[in-house]
Amino acid sequence: MEIFGISVPALAGQLLIGLFNGAFYALLSLGLAVIFGMLRIINFAHGAFYMLGAFSAYMLSAYLGASFWLSLLIVPLVLAALAAVLERSMLQRLAGLDPLYGLLLTFGFALILEGGMQYVFGVAGQPYSPPASLSGASNLGFMFMPHYRAFVIVVSLFVCFGTWLLIERTKIGSILRAATENPSLSEVFGLNVPVLITATYAFGAALAGIAGIMAAPVFQVSPHMGSNLIIVVFAVVVIGGMGSIMGAIISGFALGLVEGLTKVFYSEASNVVVFVIMAIVLYFRPAGLFGKDA
Amino acid sequence: MSNTTTHIPGPTQSLPSARALKLVAFAVLAVALLIAPAVLYPVFLMKILCFALFASALNLLLGYTGLLSFGHATFFGGGAYFTAYCVKALEVGPLTGILIGVAGAAVLGLAIGVIAIRRQGIYFAMTTLALSQLAYFCFLRAPFTNAEDGIQNVPRGTLFGVIDLTDHVTMYFFVLTVFAIGMFAIWRIVTSPFGEVVKAIRENEQRAISLGYNVNRYKLSVFTVSAALAGLAGSTKALVFQIATLTDVSWQMSGEAILMALLGGLGTLTGPSVGATVIVTMQNYLAATSVPVNVVIGVVFVISVLLFRKGIVGVFQRFSKAP
Repeated sequence: MEIFGISVPALAGQLLIGLFNGAFYALLSLGLAVIFGMLRIINFAHGAFYMLGAFSAYMLSAYLGASFWLSLLIVPLVLAALAAVLERSMLQRLAGLDPLYGLLLTFGFALILEGGMQYVFGVAGQPYSPPASLSGASNLGFMFMPHYRAFVIVVSLFVCFGTWLLIERTKIGSILRAATENPSLSEVFGLNVPVLITATYAFGAALAGIAGIMAAPVFQVSPHMGSNLIIVVFAVVVIGGMGSIMGAIISGFALGLVEGLTKVFYSEASNVVVFVIMAIVLYFRPAGLFGKDA
Repeated sequence: MSNTTTHIPGPTQSLPSARALKLVAFAVLAVALLIAPAVLYPVFLMKILCFALFASALNLLLGYTGLLSFGHATFFGGGAYFTAYCVKALEVGPLTGILIGVAGAAVLGLAIGVIAIRRQGIYFAMTTLALSQLAYFCFLRAPFTNAEDGIQNVPRGTLFGVIDLTDHVTMYFFVLTVFAIGMFAIWRIVTSPFGEVVKAIRENEQRAISLGYNVNRYKLSVFTVSAALAGLAGSTKALVFQIATLTDVSWQMSGEAILMALLGGLGTLTGPSVGATVIVTMQNYLAATSVPVNVVIGVVFVISVLLFRKGIVGVFQRFSKAP
């Protein structure tokens, strides 16, 4: 069975990998969008948080023997706590300044976290095995479906749409949106806006932590695993426009798929296709696909 | 400062004594730069000069126009690659090589600038970063860059066919000349009417538009000039170290240039050079120790942003202006 001269199992396999990568793009760009919505800064440390998520899982397993499932609960909390401390102690002081300073400060965080991990663990990747219950693959007839990849895609979809529901459809979400829309008026109504800001930053970091632990069994756990990924995610965010949560999720998955397809038809371009799409989108629709204003 | 300035005299105008002080400081600096290679290792000094010019080029964009480019390594490293290739493979002279490097960087700057100026602020930063990552992959794959190995053993050549640049001290004075030309260009730009418009865009873009200025054209011009100057710094660096590698086009390099400009003082003429001197010196000393350089750079970044946003020169200027 062939489509455009490519065998169906190969095509389906690449699409699955695309969707799998898209799951990470979506989780990370969602975190960036949530943080941007509230703090108006781009969190450059997001890639470092993702890397720390993977390393926390590795350390929990190597030093404490914690299982994957336990780590999946602990790691987001660790990241949230770290992010809350960073926000309270430093990021908060930049409120009201040009948002570029927030970008630069978080860039500094990223350098410290990555440099620190490299100092301790070296550049080589650390091994982390997936839980036994998720190893193996099923034959779907037209392709083999590795269980762990399917698990990651499902969890990512679940977390993404859960976040969307939380922000767009619940009381907590409406409080957050009110605080974003008009912080001073929200304070008049008795909302503790600084706490909301800290919580939002911590939540975004927790999302990066989830992405990190899910990446640990598949990609090498190395200090620089986040820095190259985060630049692609920035491009995803520019394509989608930062305005909407749903935009971040959809563009994350869609660009993962496009990247997977590119690998099938013209593999040399698969590293750059997201950037090329970004350039094209910016040229014709500067506000991004889902953005409202430029 | 030029005597034909059209400024209305005001509190910001330097007093005559302050101007004299500036001239003295400038003379002392010039003498120091001339005798420096007798005291310090010339290659170390040349490294400082190249990075000082790179950071100053970035500052033209960040400090004076208010545009944060997170992709300037593309122009720095691109210039280095073009020069290294032309000098080594095509056997052109060092001056021709540098000119080709600058032209190449300017073309890259124009191409990236056209797309990047379509968004403002934080999006501009992310766009330049993403586009420079695109350029990084192109340099990685391009047939002439030798991928991970880079272009090595680039000959320094002879200037005008007469002056042999192999000697470090001779090379130092060549680099010093290039640096002086670059800094003079930046000084001319920021003190020109063009520079005033650019600063107006930084202060209030909407107002500049309503005053009838074609803001995008100004932004694109500054972006291209800044890219060309960053290319000049990179081309010169390629000749000094006789190598052009992927490190020069990586995003970490862009970050370092931003740190140098920020630490020295954004929007000041001398700030980026001061910042470059501090960072390059620090890197040189740390390289001999086991201290992780990136962590220290990150810490300096955090301190600069939190406590020191005016930079070294900015703080100094404020004290010297206080009554």
